[in-house]
This record gives sequence, C-alpha cells and structure tokens, in this order.
Amino acid sequence: MSGNLTRSEKVFLFFNDVAMVLLCAIMIYPVLFVAGRSVTPDVERALHPLRIIPHSFDWSGYTFIFSTGSNILNSYRTTILRTLVGTSLNIVLTTLMAYPLSKRYYPPRKLITALIVFTMWFSGGLIPSYLLNKSLGLLNSFWVYIFPSAVNAFNMVIMRNFFMQIPDSLEESAKLDGANDLHVFFRIYIPLSTASIATITLFYAVYHWNMWFDAMLYMNRKEWWTMQYTLRMLIDSANVTDVATIGSAMDNIPPAETVRMATIVVATVPILCVYPFLQKYFVKGMLVGSVKG
Amino acid sequence: MRKKSFAVRFKRALIDYRWLHLMLLPGLAYFLLFKYTPMYGIIIAFKNYKGAGGGYAGIASAPWIGFKNFEIFFNSLYCGRVFGNTLFISFLRLLFSFPAPILLALLINEIRKNWFKRTVQTITYMPYFLSWVVVAGLLNTLLSPDMGAVNVLIRSLGGTPVYFLTSKVWFRPILVISEIWKNIGYGSIVYLAAITGIDQEQYEAARVDGATKMQQIVHITLPEISEIVAIMLILQIGRMFDDNFDQIYNLYSPSVYEVSDVFETYVYRNGIQNSKFSYSAAVGLVKSVLALLMIAFSNRASQKLGAQGLF
Repeated sequence: MSGNLTRSEKVFLFFNDVAMVLLCAIMIYPVLFVAGRSVTPDVERALHPLRIIPHSFDWSGYTFIFSTGSNILNSYRTTILRTLVGTSLNIVLTTLMAYPLSKRYYPPRKLITALIVFTMWFSGGLIPSYLLNKSLGLLNSFWVYIFPSAVNAFNMVIMRNFFMQIPDSLEESAKLDGANDLHVFFRIYIPLSTASIATITLFYAVYHWNMWFDAMLYMNRKEWWTMQYTLRMLIDSANVTDVATIGSAMDNIPPAETVRMATIVVATVPILCVYPFLQKYFVKGMLVGSVKG
Repeated sequence: MRKKSFAVRFKRALIDYRWLHLMLLPGLAYFLLFKYTPMYGIIIAFKNYKGAGGGYAGIASAPWIGFKNFEIFFNSLYCGRVFGNTLFISFLRLLFSFPAPILLALLINEIRKNWFKRTVQTITYMPYFLSWVVVAGLLNTLLSPDMGAVNVLIRSLGGTPVYFLTSKVWFRPILVISEIWKNIGYGSIVYLAAITGIDQEQYEAARVDGATKMQQIVHITLPEISEIVAIMLILQIGRMFDDNFDQIYNLYSPSVYEVSDVFETYVYRNGIQNSKFSYSAAVGLVKSVLALLMIAFSNRASQKLGAQGLF
C-alpha cells in the first residue's frame, strides 16, 4: 500500500511525522527538565536556567530524601503502604461485588446496580462526607486512605461488564459437577479475568499513588502525609525544612529547589516505569468502560 | 396464599443465592456507608449546623432554617463569580480540550511505521498518569517569573517576563493548555479504536479517484467517527459542572480567584477552611443538583444516538 504514494501524500506524511516528533518532545521535555534540575548544583542552576544535563552532578537532593529524619522518605513509605493495602482491598471488594451483579438470574441485580450507578451521578458532596469520616474516627488515621475509597463505582461496572462476557456454559457445567458459586468465582472467573483485573489494578494503584486530597483533609500529623501531599506542601510553603523533616535533628538540608525537584522525580518514576507495560490493558479497559459499539 | 408463596420464594432466594449475597455484602455495605449516608447529611444545607465537635450525630438535632443558606449564596457576589467561572472554563474545555484528542487520533493514524506509532502512543499517554500536584510542580518550574524556562526564553528575546500563574489573563489559558498536555494522548484512545475499525477499501477507492489525504480525512474518516465524537461530546457536556478541582486547586492562588474560583474550590475554602459547614453544603448541593440534571440530560441524548453508554 505504501509503494505507490502520490507526491502530496508523501509531503503530508513527512509533516505528520515531524509534528508527532515535536509533540513527543513537548510531552517529555518538562519531565526531563525537572529531572535534570534535580541533580544540578544550585549555582549552576542560577547561571544556566535552560540547561538540562548539568556539567557537575549534585545528588544531595536524593541523599537527603532517603536519609533518616526525612519526612519525604516517611511519606513515600505511607504512599507505598496505602497503594499496596488500598489496591488489594479495592480488587477483592470490586471483583466480589461485580460477580453477583454480572449474573442475569440474580434477583436483586438490577436494583443494586442502579443504586451503585446513581452514586456516580449524585453524591452527598464534600461537606457531609467530611463530617461522616470525622465521626467514624478516621481523622488522623491511616485508614482514612483506605476505607472511604474501598470500591470505585466506575471500576466495578467495568469489572461487571468483563464478567458478563464470560460464557454462562462454563458456570453451568461446573455447577453440574457440584461446584458452588465461590468455586465458580475463584476457579473459573478469576483465572479467566487476569487481563481485566490487571486493568482495574492499574486504575486503582494510580489513584492511590496520586492521591493527596484526603491527606490534606484528614491528616494533621505530617509523619502520615502521603507523598503527593508532602510534595504539594513543598511546592506551596516557604518553610521547606519544616515540611521535609521530622524533628530537628537534621542539618545540611539541600536548597529548597533541589528538594522539590528531586521529590517530583521520586514521586513520578515508579508510575513511569510501570504504565508502558500495562498499556494494552488500560486501552482495553478504557474502551469497555467508556463506550461500547 | 399468594403472600405465602412470596415468603417461600423469598426464603428460597435467600438460601439459593447465599454465596452471591455474601460476596455482594462488603461492597454493598461500603456504598451504603460511604455514599448513601453522606446523602442523608445533605440536610445540613437546610439547617444551622455549627457542630465543631458535634460530628455526624449532631446533624439531626441542628435547628432547621429552610432555604436561608441558599438565599445568602444566591444574593452574594460569589454566586455569579462561581457560576461564571464554572461555565466559562467548561466552555473553553469544550472548545479546545475536547477536539484535541480527535485531531491527535487522526494524525497518529496516518503514521506509517508501526514502531513509531506505538512510541508516539506510549509517550503521549504518559502525562495522564502524573498527578496534578506533579504537573503543578512542573508548571511552576517552567513558568516561574525569574528562573522558569519560558520566561528565560522571553527575556533572552528581549521581552518582559510574564507571571503566568498569577495573571488573570493567562490563568485560564494555562488551565486549558495544561489539561490538553495531560489528557490528549489518553483521550485519543477511543477515537483511534474507532478509526482502526474503518473499512480500508474506502480509502483505496478514494485514492484511485485521486483524493488527497486531506480529502480522505474529511470525507471518509470524520464521517465514520462522527457518531463516537457526538457521544463523547454529549458526555463531556454532561460533565460540565465537574470542576476539575484537582487541577484548579493545585494551580490557583488568591490573585486569580476572580477568574478561577469554581464551585468545589469555593466549597472547600468555606466549608473546610472556614468551617461554614451548612452554608458550603448548600452551595455544594446547588452544584450536585445541576450536575445531576446535566448528566441525566446527556445520558438521554446519548441513548437517542444509539450508544449503549456505560450500562
């Protein structure tokens, strides 16, 4: 097909390729720039504001972040913990719930699905949720990162749609062999759904990794802030030392800009390492979730 | 007789589906506690709830005051500002952020080499996975008046530096541009899938007739994806009152409240920071009801277009 291109088509394709290269550069440049700044000594940063790769490297931002007494290290740990615990709970509850709701013969299916879909359209809003979580004793508790976001209605519907695509005959024959619903779920549906579970795992994990709002609302103890919220405070506040350290035992804190840049990198790298490998999954999940042909 | 048979059937259903009920239970409990209980809490919008320490239980005993909170909001300067900003920013999004992924999908589709196509896709999806906190950090670094790369360039070209994030003129364009940067790649997935499904023979026939690339795009590709574009447009309109709190809150500052303050930022500042619970719950309710109406309308419309939509 590409053998007999007309002249105008070749010109079009050439400029298209150029445009795409430019677009990729625009996507990558800010990230590379910040990564470069994070290892640039303060003086060089001031003298050469556009330089990405420094002449002399300065790793003090990273050594500081990963030293004891650094609140960034602390919040990194919190974020990793919430991502692991939170995502695990998300997956368990979401798949368990999606299964009965995918069964056409299950009597309350329609009613409960409607109840859940309605929460995507209407919510009590910020203030009632805030008051509720406070009354539940979640203020200043790690669990405020876990329970209020235990199931996402959208992800649950995606999972349910995946389950509905699995042929009923598998369940019927297993039941003839004496299997109960739990067996069918764990031995047939879960193994057949690894791709879809990977999809919603990515969605949930990214949610937890990037979440900062609940830390701002509910966590007054800075040792339990999440990574993103600590980063927000680093960007926002003038007193970087207070945000970035616990106690007063630390000396030799690097310049504020170095700490900020390095924290952005540390907060971002894990996601950038993971998402390309899950690309085909979230593309699929996105398509099932948004619009079906 | 009939009543009894219902009771019998009910009991049977309870037993027959016991495992399914059990599986459903934790998730259902979650939705009732964390989604439906706050809906009950909406009544504080019609009450004078002061409860610093009163908690959720204090809601019931707070005195009713009718629509007073709503009157205060509708008569305040903030009502117009918040409405205006929400509508105007949504309008800018429809105008610029909405078509961007469509254009990108058209261009990606024209890439001939597969490895290049895949690379472009992977790279353009990347910013979607960054948080707005991180993107705000990137923007601060690039746009800062003294050291930011953009202003350094402006200065070296002889211009005067621009305070982008605190400028009333620049703030909204920055919102739109940063949103496009973050979401353009991910948003193109749906359209790319639709384009991939188009019958290739149509293009061959058009080429035989001497159609240029532009003509092929305008007369074949665009009509073929028009349905999905219409559906996505309606869904986008349905989300008109979703304020992108994440984005605005991480980028704005008091000097640009006038052009950026939307429902959710206003509710947050009044409710959480100033503890005006009842008043900001009322403002939040205005927003929720408007959002519900828009979504209901858009869902209707997209079903008319033959979309199965979500469900």
